[in-house]
Amino acid sequence: MKQNWWKALTVVLLLYVSVAGLLLPVPRLAILNETIRNLYFHVPMWFGMTFILAASVYYSVRYLRTPTPALDIRAHEAARTGILMGFVGLATGSIWAKYTWGEWWTNDPKLNGAAIAMLIYGAYLVLRSSFTDEQQRARVSAIYNIFAFATAMPLFYILPRLTDSLHPGAGGNPAFAKYDLDSNMRLVFYPAVIGWTLLAFWLAQLASRVSLLKLKVYEKQLA
Amino acid sequence: MKNSLLKLRPALLLLLAVLLPMLRAAAQATAPVDQPEMADALRQSGKIYVVVAVITVVLAGLLFFLISLDRKLTRLEKEVRE
Repeated sequence: MKQNWWKALTVVLLLYVSVAGLLLPVPRLAILNETIRNLYFHVPMWFGMTFILAASVYYSVRYLRTPTPALDIRAHEAARTGILMGFVGLATGSIWAKYTWGEWWTNDPKLNGAAIAMLIYGAYLVLRSSFTDEQQRARVSAIYNIFAFATAMPLFYILPRLTDSLHPGAGGNPAFAKYDLDSNMRLVFYPAVIGWTLLAFWLAQLASRVSLLKLKVYEKQLA
Repeated sequence: MKNSLLKLRPALLLLLAVLLPMLRAAAQATAPVDQPEMADALRQSGKIYVVVAVITVVLAGLLFFLISLDRKLTRLEKEVRE
């Protein structure tokens, strides 16, 4: 109970988003119509993914400075949560694309960049599972994790902006342009980003605690 | 030719003065029809609240599960520490 205020905040924000996200007014736009409300659910997945993957890199760097199994577990579980959010983001984006652009997948730089970045992170999981030695696994995957983040972020946020793209927030224009998001939508969008990001951290924390417990129990059995 | 047009000018201006506001009114009358389609009927009938209620209950259930999982873990951590 000591430092759980942010979990209460997660609950409040997500419940608020699910109510206000459907009820508050949104701009009437052609093609998008009512699907503009997907912004409160699809985009926060990517925000949450970015923040949790950054946290994973933070733990990986800390692991390389002071190698402890706990830091490796935290980095791994954070990365796994980030990968989960990324795949949910891809799936929700694909559904949205079908009903606005007419295709499940378009060869758009933003979409392909995101897909390649997810494959890079998929390789992280494969790499981890290919080691039998725990210290070697922790060290090599920490290094790979740092490089994966450095490669994935330009694929998400920089390269799509250098070319034309259907996707908002690409093709030179930032997604936060004043004509993209009106003040009514900000009332839900920002809480949604914070809420879903906090949920990602909560899930990662729970998963890490289970793994840490497993490690402790295993150590006790050996002792 | 030029003279006849000049003579007609006040009449033309009068015609425009009458017609232009009418065009504007006509544009305003058609504007709601041209507006993009939204789920207005769903909102007017109040059924949207049914959807909101269902989503809220599902989310609340999932979050409640997460909270109880968190508490179980805290208890287990205490046990292992002892």
